[in-house]
Amino acid sequence: MSSHTLEVRPWKTRRKGAVSSFDPQIVRQALLDAFRKLDPRWQIKNPVMFVVEVGSVITTIEFVRLLLTAPGPAFPVTRLHNETLFVLAVSLWLWFTVLFANFAEAMAEGRGKAQAETLRRARTTTMAKRLRRPERSAPWEEVPAPALRKGDYVLVEAGDVIPGDGEVIEGVAAVDESAITGESAPVIRESGGDRSAVTGGTRVLSDWIIVRIGANPGETFLDRMIALVEGAQRQKTPNEIALNILLASLTIIFLLVVVSLEPFAIYSGSPVSITTLIALLVCLIPTTIGGLLSAIGIAGMDRLVQRNVLAMSGRAVEAAGDIDVLLLDKTGTITLGNRQATRFLPLPGIDEQALAQAALLASLADETPEGRSIVALARERFAIGEEVSLQQQASRFVPFSAMTRMSGLDVLADADGQAASARGEEEAAPPVRTIRKGAAEAIIAYVHEHGGDNTHGELLQRTVDEIARAGSTPLVVAETWRTGQDHQEQARVLGVIELKDIVKGGMRERFEQLRRMGIRTIMITGDNPLTAAAIAREAGVDDFLAQATPETKLKLIREQQAGGRMVAMTGDGTNDAPALAQADVGVAMNSGTQAAKEAANMIDLDSNPTKLIEIVEIGKQLLITRGALTTFSIANDVAKYFAIIPAAFSTTYPQLNALNIMGLATPHSAVLSAVIFNALIIIALIPLALRGVKYRPIGAGPLLRRNLLIYGLGGIVAPFVGIKLIDLLLSLLHLTL
Amino acid sequence: MSITFNSFVQIALFLALVLALTKPLGLYMTKVFNGERTWLSPVFAPLERFLYRACGIDPAREQRWTGYVIAMLVFNLAGMLLLYGLERTQQWLPLNPQHLGPVEPQLAFNTAASFTTNTNWQNYAGEQTMSYLTQMAGLTYHNFISAATGMALAVALVRGLARHSAEHLGNFWVDLTRATLYILLPICLVGALVLVSQGVVQNFNPYTVVHTLDGGLQVIAQGPVASQEIIKELGTNGGGFFNANSAHPYENPTALTNLIEMLAIISIGAGMFYMFGRMVGNTRQGWALWAAAAILFVLGLAVALPAEQGGNPLLAHLGVNQQASALQPGGNMEGKEVRFGITDSVLFTVTTTATSCGAVNSFLDSYTPLGGLVPLANIALGEVIFGGVGSGLYGMLMFAILTVFIAGLMVGRTPEYLGKKIERKEVMMAALALLISPATVLGFAAVASVLPQGLASLTTNTGPHGLSEILYLYTSSNGNNGSAFAGLAGNTPFYNWTGALAMLIGRFAFLIPILAFGGSLVGKRVVPAGPGTFPTTGPLFVSLLVGVILIVGALTYFPAYALGPIVEHLLMLAGRTF
Amino acid sequence: MHLSLKSLLREYLRPALMLTLLLTILLGLLYPGVVTALAQLLFPYQANGSLRYADGRLVGSELIGQYWTSPKYFHGRPSATLSDDGSHLQPYNAENSGASNLGPTNKVLVQTVQQRIAELKRENPDAPPGPVPADLVTASGSGLDPDISIAAALYQVPRVAKARGLSQETVRQLVLSHVQGRFLGIFGEPHVNVLDLNLALDALKH
Repeated sequence: MSSHTLEVRPWKTRRKGAVSSFDPQIVRQALLDAFRKLDPRWQIKNPVMFVVEVGSVITTIEFVRLLLTAPGPAFPVTRLHNETLFVLAVSLWLWFTVLFANFAEAMAEGRGKAQAETLRRARTTTMAKRLRRPERSAPWEEVPAPALRKGDYVLVEAGDVIPGDGEVIEGVAAVDESAITGESAPVIRESGGDRSAVTGGTRVLSDWIIVRIGANPGETFLDRMIALVEGAQRQKTPNEIALNILLASLTIIFLLVVVSLEPFAIYSGSPVSITTLIALLVCLIPTTIGGLLSAIGIAGMDRLVQRNVLAMSGRAVEAAGDIDVLLLDKTGTITLGNRQATRFLPLPGIDEQALAQAALLASLADETPEGRSIVALARERFAIGEEVSLQQQASRFVPFSAMTRMSGLDVLADADGQAASARGEEEAAPPVRTIRKGAAEAIIAYVHEHGGDNTHGELLQRTVDEIARAGSTPLVVAETWRTGQDHQEQARVLGVIELKDIVKGGMRERFEQLRRMGIRTIMITGDNPLTAAAIAREAGVDDFLAQATPETKLKLIREQQAGGRMVAMTGDGTNDAPALAQADVGVAMNSGTQAAKEAANMIDLDSNPTKLIEIVEIGKQLLITRGALTTFSIANDVAKYFAIIPAAFSTTYPQLNALNIMGLATPHSAVLSAVIFNALIIIALIPLALRGVKYRPIGAGPLLRRNLLIYGLGGIVAPFVGIKLIDLLLSLLHLTL
Repeated sequence: MSITFNSFVQIALFLALVLALTKPLGLYMTKVFNGERTWLSPVFAPLERFLYRACGIDPAREQRWTGYVIAMLVFNLAGMLLLYGLERTQQWLPLNPQHLGPVEPQLAFNTAASFTTNTNWQNYAGEQTMSYLTQMAGLTYHNFISAATGMALAVALVRGLARHSAEHLGNFWVDLTRATLYILLPICLVGALVLVSQGVVQNFNPYTVVHTLDGGLQVIAQGPVASQEIIKELGTNGGGFFNANSAHPYENPTALTNLIEMLAIISIGAGMFYMFGRMVGNTRQGWALWAAAAILFVLGLAVALPAEQGGNPLLAHLGVNQQASALQPGGNMEGKEVRFGITDSVLFTVTTTATSCGAVNSFLDSYTPLGGLVPLANIALGEVIFGGVGSGLYGMLMFAILTVFIAGLMVGRTPEYLGKKIERKEVMMAALALLISPATVLGFAAVASVLPQGLASLTTNTGPHGLSEILYLYTSSNGNNGSAFAGLAGNTPFYNWTGALAMLIGRFAFLIPILAFGGSLVGKRVVPAGPGTFPTTGPLFVSLLVGVILIVGALTYFPAYALGPIVEHLLMLAGRTF
Repeated sequence: MHLSLKSLLREYLRPALMLTLLLTILLGLLYPGVVTALAQLLFPYQANGSLRYADGRLVGSELIGQYWTSPKYFHGRPSATLSDDGSHLQPYNAENSGASNLGPTNKVLVQTVQQRIAELKRENPDAPPGPVPADLVTASGSGLDPDISIAAALYQVPRVAKARGLSQETVRQLVLSHVQGRFLGIFGEPHVNVLDLNLALDALKH
């Protein structure tokens, strides 16, 4: 059996520094791309930067014209009068402005590409064993993965890479999904049920499976992920489009301002040079946000991918920022998923320690999380040591069964281990003692059956009810033993163990944080309303849906949406699919079924239900970064006016120098400083654009006040300082022209 | 430079009066536009029903935004044609005791456009040009209906914000009729008589001939002034019966009429802010806009008042006493009336340009450069400082939406205003509305400032002040204000045509995106507000809104103003004349 | 298409035309008519122009400024009104109101004010030296300002007193008794109505 195995490098996205922001190789590639993007056909997609590019071309032509028409001897250096040099300097800095913006975008794309490259390697060289029939025994042929079509059946054996997305229709296998999720622990994939979906590019470690291919080449998970991180098929998101409209109209306004300024200048006495006009225009139009806008978008998607979330559209990422209501499954999300023993409640006349000991014995061999938690609690509470475990040797574990609804232990011999063995017929002998734990009704019946009475029946019932009401599960413990010569069997209830749903640590704080973000959390659970209410209260969620069914979930989402709210939810099962599709943001677990994944608009590769909170934060961060840089960009213009207007009219109206409040050295240096600042600020803000403005869950008012202070007020002040510093530097270097 | 104590008291009292009028007027207008019964219903309801029946209007049938726009356009076109016809044929019609001839075609067109658009720019002297019939049936009529049109459109936009998951914005005919019958007409009937009691004339007499004590001959123009004067202010129209507008003693004879006129100019606009809050179910939303307007109003005064009270340094050098004292108002008195002095003149000017009124009680062309910059900038900011009846509200709402869109992103949600998401279409419409004024003002002014046809009209002033005049003309026309730097000879083919175009664009090209915006909003769901929602009521939003209005305005017009009023101010300080 | 044209007519054109017609009658004719009737009934003096008579002769309007030249009368403010045809300056032309519209940095304004100051000083040789009241050398907005400031009236007292052979104190007292204060002591500016003052001057003779 030939198999082409492939070394898939594990790719852990969450690891710090996996794809560093400023990896030299990415920077080098981005520099090249920055020039490539100067192609006007490409540049026109960004109207703001296109205007700058046109300005650069015009000033370059103007420079050449000045160079050629300048009077004087033929030797070129002497032709470089101050004016000519000034035009050259402005022209160069305008080119830099375009290049910087292109570089920002290329950097964002580059980081995505680096990630895509790793993925692509997994895709290209996989070979598949295509089966004629969907049977293990059927003959197969080896074909390259891209040749597979939807509906093909492939056999994947230990060591093989799964050639495409699909569903396991036969077999069970351990699969290494680290290439997709970064999680190295293998997962089980088997036919039927909720663990049947497999992803192309992952590797089978043991056994074999037959997979029905679910996607044509180019449509697989891996393909979508590659496209996404590369930004290749990136479509502008609604909010980005709206912002682009605003930026375009601001650009038109400033174009009008600058174009009309020339007639006004002519009216006033003398025209302003084309170079100064273009410099003014470029400084005024929102180049900062215009240059960084697409980088912000790409980086936002990238951040999502870094957290192992795959968004099917940018729209979903933005929608995540708008979420008003979060539907979270109780089990595994809000609670640990396993109930834990928290208390022993002995009946009157029973020592708590005796109850604990009995419970411990009954659970020693119980490998369920509940069982282990009982052991742990008993040991912790009463320091019951290892010696008890010795009893095991002469006892038999009675596992839980659906019939008896209880589990426990039969002690076959006395503590000294003699009684039973002395008789020499160990197997047949009735146990000297039995311990049972289980649901109240089952245990009561058991005690009754073994000759016990229901002495404290009423108290027992009350205790059991109380525990249920508090959202916990009661587990009743009873024992039987034989006394006297005739080994008369006796039985009694010892008490109750409280098994509690343990709310995950920090959940209450998270929900509080969400509330401050303006997001209500609704817990979804199959529990009865009583239990659900208790857990909801403990976890600090705003509301709950008890005894949830797929229908009630869907209904809840629709109700919330009818009220104008945006709803997000997670899900993994096939029956979650309708609700996932209905939700504005539906996140499917990667471990979930194909149906759930198709219905969702995001997939969490880590299958971590609390990831939604991070997704919301990323969505908000994306919008905040755009808003902050837009505000900053517009606020910047104030200072630029004070730099350029007095300079532009320095000969017509020297009195306007009163507006030169920065005290810039010369008109030329004023214009140049503004242009240089305008270009450098793009570079300076690239890290911010890629990283995103930090989101703080402090409520809209304080958040706005904070961001306004930084980006609004800061946006007004920063250029005053920056332009002045550049002017000082130019003066120092005698470059004021 | 001293602002007198009396100035502060006057301004404070004036603002207090505006504040006091806001809520009652707003409440009343809410009732009127919600179609509820008011205490005036017994009088006007039969008339209202008669009008609907006679015109074939079904008051219960509401329109989508497109229907609303078509109705508004058709109705305004009819009115514009009627006015043009009246002007051209007044010589054959009654009520023309001075036997004034027909108005020339271009001037008639400019005037028809001007009054239809609520601009009331006047390239003519009323007492020399318009017969009493034209003044009443043509101009007074338009004073009413252009105001009512503005109010109707504002209400339609507010409905777009207030309603959710709906289609209709209301019925234009009903909104227009109710605005006229229940709001404008009753106030005018009372207000006109109050003005008459103070000395505003109201007669159909021929002009009075007087032989003065000093042996001279004086012909005093007369007419049905009071009935037009009050609606001129109340409807933020501003077109004077006389050339001197509200500086004319027969239009504005006393400090009391001045106060009444200022209140008439600003109250409906202020009341509409409250009405807006009421209609969207949160009066704080209205008060937030009100507060922003009040801040801008005071800011304007803070620049203009010291500038005017400080006087003209060029005249001070000649030996003119411009100090305010108990014996004289002092300050820059060129173009101002003694009974109003500086404070009442500047207060009136700021009021008339904060709104889209354009009536003047002092002549702006003779204001100091900074004093003149304020009315210019007020109009350029979009007349949102309480603003024109209706137009102030929808202009302010556009800025609110722009503010929410730019800064609202910073709270990390898709921007929303009053629970409605501001998306591509809304931004598109707001951006279009935002673009119209710079395109018109800067475009036309640029052409006029270099073409001989434009420059030829600079017969009074030249230099930077001439540029200010040109800028003011198009700013005022596009803003549908109507006040002027009147030294520019506007009655030329070039200015009649371009001015009329600027007025029509400023009104209708602005209104269509506004209504489209309302039409797009009305169908949206309302997202309930929560702690994550951008708050649009608190001081933070108010200051942000003020900031956005000022910065957008400043960024658009600063270069032009630098070459007009700003450099003129600096030159004046340097002692230069032109 | 035919249907939509019909509905266009019914829904838009008919209401537009009919409403224009009916509202023109209501707002353009009835409303001013009613106001005129009530005004003539309630305030006939004001409604007809606040006309003042002396010895049964119409001498002007209380509200409309006049062009005074004789030294024995108090003079009003400079007026920039033009003749009816707009060809030349005709001060206090009450059928063509208007301002100078001279800008603050206009040479003509500076020259004109300079001339007015010279003329004023020539006409009032006994007036106190030093700066002259602003309103006496600047043109009003309407060109028909009926008022002058107290300072402007007091400035002319020596001339008028001399021309009329009265004591300066008598004339001064007359001026002060004709000061119209602020409305409610707050709104407007204190001023002196020139026609009022001059009529009172003439009345002194009798």
